[in-house]
Amino acid sequence: MNSCADDCPCAAMTTEKLTLHYGATAAFRDVSLEIPRCEITALIGPSGCGKTSFLSSLNRLTDLVPSCRVTGRITLGDLEVLAPDTNVVALRRRIGMIFQKPNPFAFSIAKNFALPLREHGVREHAEIEQRTEAALRDVGLWDEVRDRLRRSARTLSGGQQQRLCLARALALEPEVLLLDEPCSALDPISSAKVEDHLQSLKGRFTVVIVTHNLAQARRIADRVVFFWADESGGRVVESGPVDALFEDAIDPLTQAYVRGQHG
Amino acid sequence: MTAPSRRFDPRGLGPAHPSSAVSVGAAAAVLAVFAWLCFDMVRQGVGVVDWQFLVHEPSDAGRAGGIAPILVSTLWILAVCLAATVPLGLLTSIYLAELTPRDDVVGRITRRSLDALAAVPSIVFGLFGNAFFAYGLGLGLSILSGGLTLACMILPLFIRTVELGLRAVPASQRDAAHALGLRPIAIAFRVVLPQATPAIVAGLVLGIGRALAETAALIFTSGYQTRFPTSVFDSGRSLSVHIFDLGANIPGGDARAYGSALVLVAILFLLNRIATSILRLFGLEAPR
Repeated sequence: MNSCADDCPCAAMTTEKLTLHYGATAAFRDVSLEIPRCEITALIGPSGCGKTSFLSSLNRLTDLVPSCRVTGRITLGDLEVLAPDTNVVALRRRIGMIFQKPNPFAFSIAKNFALPLREHGVREHAEIEQRTEAALRDVGLWDEVRDRLRRSARTLSGGQQQRLCLARALALEPEVLLLDEPCSALDPISSAKVEDHLQSLKGRFTVVIVTHNLAQARRIADRVVFFWADESGGRVVESGPVDALFEDAIDPLTQAYVRGQHG
Repeated sequence: MTAPSRRFDPRGLGPAHPSSAVSVGAAAAVLAVFAWLCFDMVRQGVGVVDWQFLVHEPSDAGRAGGIAPILVSTLWILAVCLAATVPLGLLTSIYLAELTPRDDVVGRITRRSLDALAAVPSIVFGLFGNAFFAYGLGLGLSILSGGLTLACMILPLFIRTVELGLRAVPASQRDAAHALGLRPIAIAFRVVLPQATPAIVAGLVLGIGRALAETAALIFTSGYQTRFPTSVFDSGRSLSVHIFDLGANIPGGDARAYGSALVLVAILFLLNRIATSILRLFGLEAPR
């Protein structure tokens, strides 16, 4: 049931006039975006312009922050994400998320997969093993860990942990993957590996990635969204296909940023 | 003017201040008291403790014979106490640490009440247990009354220890679990609770230590029968009550009081060792 099998041109997710406040401070305002199905959308912009907050609002992880208030509209297919009667557990099962710092559970590698899979109703031991292996192969980790699935996931290197987290999300077959600077805590070689595997997922999942690495955004993204912060909080300055945004951006802020002149 | 001290000074505290001698002296005094206590207990008790002492019933009001039924009653009381404490304590601490926000009113009241309860003298728990379990609920002077009274007494300590352990689990683990679409109840029981195992074991060891040492709360609730108990509704004498009785009421009972104390301390050490091994088994360190 891969959501990308049909070549539906419609957006996987949309936001309309999305605004997020922490207490009285706005993190971003009036963000209206279409996130195309099965493409990689990169969010770029300086720190503190609301990219991460925007990402966490998409799977309503912002619900966990007591002072956080989100207004506007988010849709995932037909689902109204912000509606009060939306089942957030079911929502988060359709949207996987990878964090800046790898966060494998402090259990064995195998249990990192078995625990969420069981929670999602996969009971058969054989199916759990099969999906664990498939997901680990997807991120190129299988050959590195096949002999030590019973060992703690914390014994892996940072790059391996991040790929494990990616595999753990993939094993649940989400429609959308949210990645919050997944390579920023990794060395260049581990980072390149994660990036390679993201590229191999292109066309299979809808991906939204926050990155500070413009070269990375240019290499992997189909579309780029440029965030900028001023006194009233973050906003989207410009968005579009990757080449258009990097080659002939319309807004002077964007032009300067992608040329590396500030931010 | 004196030249700066050139002695080896690993902590960079400068030349020793006279107060450091006082603090070393204080530490030595504490150590000496502990050593004297252990030495005295072993010296007076070791002659009494042998296999016969452990497997025979007391006779002549405890001046002779052993402590077999008392050991059995003690373990039963402890079992009742733990059977009530562990499930209630785990559920309450999960409620406090995971399922309510930190500024929640009910949570705050619960926490305050627990802190107040932890400071209540044990004799008060004894009177409460006597009025509530023994007479109010009609359980009489029994192992059940005694164990439940002890549970009331150690619950605050257990809950607060486990709650601290749950809160110490990094937020990133909860974020990961939420993002994977786990239900809050599954996050609490399957992700956070297993990672708090060291705190749970620490809470248990502290609680058991207090329960085994308790005398005042048990005299009015589990009673002082020295027969073998046949069910939890029988009265049974705990080791601590036995030691108190031999020491306070039975002339000539001193030797066996020391022997019983030695057995009690040995059980405590044994339980501590078991707890440490459990932690090792999980690949965890005992909290220091």
